Amino acid sequence: MLGGEDFRERISRVPVSLGSSGFDPFGMDPDWVTTTLPAVAFLHRKYFRTEVFGVENLPQGRVLLVANHSGQIPLDGVLIGATLFMDVDPPRFCRAMVEKWSQTLPFVSTFFARMGQVVGNPENAERLLQNEEALLVFPEGVRGISKTFDRRYQLEDFGLGFMRLALATKTPIVPVAVIGGEEQYISIGNASKIAKTLRLPSLPIIPQLFFPGGQLPLPTRYRLHFGEAMTFEGDSDDEDGVVGEKVAVVKATLQSMVNRGLKERKAVFW
Amino acid sequence: MIRQASLIPPRAPSEEDAVLITGICGRLGRRLARVLHREGPVVGVDRRPFTDRPKDIRHEQLDMRRKKLKDVFRSYPIKAVVHLGVMHNPRASSADHHSWNVAGFQKLLEYVAQFNVPKLVVLSSANVYGPSPDNPQFLREDAPLLGGARFSEIRDLIEVDMLAQGFFWKHPQTETVILRPAHILGAVRNAPSNFLRLPNVPTLMGYDPMIQVLHEADVVQALALALKKEVRGIYNLAGPEPVPLSRLLDLLGRRSMPLPYTALKMILKRMWSLRLTNFPPPELDHIRYVCMVDDQRARADLGYTNRYPLAETVASVDQER
Repeated sequence: MLGGEDFRERISRVPVSLGSSGFDPFGMDPDWVTTTLPAVAFLHRKYFRTEVFGVENLPQGRVLLVANHSGQIPLDGVLIGATLFMDVDPPRFCRAMVEKWSQTLPFVSTFFARMGQVVGNPENAERLLQNEEALLVFPEGVRGISKTFDRRYQLEDFGLGFMRLALATKTPIVPVAVIGGEEQYISIGNASKIAKTLRLPSLPIIPQLFFPGGQLPLPTRYRLHFGEAMTFEGDSDDEDGVVGEKVAVVKATLQSMVNRGLKERKAVFW
Repeated sequence: MIRQASLIPPRAPSEEDAVLITGICGRLGRRLARVLHREGPVVGVDRRPFTDRPKDIRHEQLDMRRKKLKDVFRSYPIKAVVHLGVMHNPRASSADHHSWNVAGFQKLLEYVAQFNVPKLVVLSSANVYGPSPDNPQFLREDAPLLGGARFSEIRDLIEVDMLAQGFFWKHPQTETVILRPAHILGAVRNAPSNFLRLPNVPTLMGYDPMIQVLHEADVVQALALALKKEVRGIYNLAGPEPVPLSRLLDLLGRRSMPLPYTALKMILKRMWSLRLTNFPPPELDHIRYVCMVDDQRARADLGYTNRYPLAETVASVDQER
């Protein structure tokens, strides 16, 4: 096992509710997770050499992780998941919300489900938080992950859904600043017309893909900064303006964490 | 249309009154009748004959769309109507399907209102929600009924469900219960059981959705619970915990035949038009996307618990009828 870690032992300590059939209600299968973990551990420990700050800020029980989205493919989610599983004690299982579009893809849909990833809709999110799970959301959505290089580390508009969810379920929000993702694939533009005809969420133009070996993400060093838990109070059905103010607080906090993280970073690749 | 004014003055329901079961000759109808006739009189309505019928069960062989249905209400004092007489024959013409399912049900509702029947239980289905890539993992009773968007044959069932909902609000003196069970398995001849009975079960390559199944006896149990006093409203029903489709096939020891979606769809369309299969092509979505329900309400309010564990539920499709 990579790094001498015993994933089976760790996974047995994760607080998830498995039925007698060995699956959780969302279709997660610990066997699939254990099989995939060495590859995830390789990305986390060797390839991106993730540095983690502030995991002690994670509260017990339900928590909503709010992170900036970057990097064209959602490796940021993978690494946050790896952190929660490998660098937190007791280990936690991180649920991310996937695009409903992914459910129409063969193999991908099954893989996501077995890995415990859940279709993004409010009902699913609420159910997970009520089960005291850790839920990762990227309020920027696709706009965030497909940013071009000139807009790197600039947060796009946040959706309001995550705040309504936190208010409805009284869940603390932990902002997570992800540094290093924006440089893994350098996108110089977006072929949005082609993307639309192909029904893709976005189609970034990435020159490195045309070079041998450039299909792999560049081995930048990831740095994950977990902020202090923020709790909000109010009515989850408030008007957009009222909820929007609270969202703006989270966005400002996260942007300043990102800026600080960038300032502290000495080099992109090490 | 349903007449507002009822002709019969309300009278105190007595224990001697009968339970009327429509579609009694189906698998579920016969099982339910066998449970209920021990406690009180049971009257059945179906256009099929009732073979090996217990002596104390009255059976009226008639078409629900006919006036004769009213005579049944006239001749027996009825304390409850259980509506199971929904046609699910994908081969029937859509006009026939519609007039049987919707016009027949409207007639039934009219008499329930007119004769002041204190209880109405309608067996709908979780299929009214429909499988979809953006479904919540567990649909609650207030989820929209989108099952007809892709598959027109479901529209009748949605209409029946909606009519029952309308009746619920318009006639508060009748306690109306709508049950929406997940895939029912058993010796019953329905699409999910027939599908699992195939010697080689075709599946969609790369798709393995979570599936809820429940044993036909558990549905009968829930129907009986819905007849209890004071119970009204819509209830989802699920059986044991959900598992991926592939696990169901493993449990049955069936060989699965994974085919790419487009290929299987094409084959199925061709076979359907040649009448070589009774699975309409749009039903492929059921083995592609989730359509599962949250049955917490039924468990809390009806006191429903599934008695059959997963292995037995799945094995029941191979039982002799």
